Amino acid sequence: MVYLTRKCEFSASHYYHNPEFTAEENQRIFGKCANLNGHGHNYTLEVTVKGEVNPKTGFVVDLKELKEVLNREVIEALDHRHLNKEVPEFFKQIPTTENLAIAIWNRLQGKLHVAQLHRVRVYELPDLFVDFYGEA
Amino acid sequence: MKAHLTRRYIFSASHRLHSDELSDSENLAIYGKCNNPYGHGHNYALEVTVSGQVNPQTGMVCNLAELDDAVRREVLDRFDHENLNLRQEFAAAVPTTENLSEVIFNILQQSFTAAHLDRVRLEETMMNSFEYRG
Repeated sequence: MVYLTRKCEFSASHYYHNPEFTAEENQRIFGKCANLNGHGHNYTLEVTVKGEVNPKTGFVVDLKELKEVLNREVIEALDHRHLNKEVPEFFKQIPTTENLAIAIWNRLQGKLHVAQLHRVRVYELPDLFVDFYGEA
Repeated sequence: MKAHLTRRYIFSASHRLHSDELSDSENLAIYGKCNNPYGHGHNYALEVTVSGQVNPQTGMVCNLAELDDAVRREVLDRFDHENLNLRQEFAAAVPTTENLSEVIFNILQQSFTAAHLDRVRLEETMMNSFEYRG
């Protein structure tokens, strides 16, 4: 079994707000992220797939195909978007880095024909990232 | 859904690798430059990974501000700009980055209980890093 990681970047805006909370609770729990005018990040996404190395090609996965899937399923949907207003997963769910990692996993799951999805890592900042392994 | 959240922090400290149980020549042979008598320093990069179910109301594994507060209070305030050899945590242990990783893991496990502590990863330089998972 070999693990392969592909990295890409996207930029998006968001804010954190739970309509079930009062304005004070939103402010206390989410701090600056609760500003309803939103703010943005340059996100870095690392997608790790795993599989046996194909003896004919020496590949775990065709990188070109992986790149196309990432572009189609993730980058086109998220890059230069407002997550709360343009990405259906976040119409009712808060676009935290945790939920973003889960949403990206769900977008990719089943779309990779040969290799198996192992990990989705989303950096919101160079000093803050979330890993999701598809765990319940 | 279970997610793993990692936060990265920077602190600077000095140390000298020296064991009182070894002779001077043994210390020099084992620790090399790190045994120089007056010590030396590093900019350490600390990664703290916590895990848990994503709270459906907040979308979070834990409140990041609470994690930052705990790490600042319990780790950064304790070790930043200090001489590790003079700290009581290293009264009986050589302040290698292996031992420092374990010390930091144990401190955080006691002081931060809002999420499961998965891992402490410590970079001593850009070339060396150490992980402790308890």
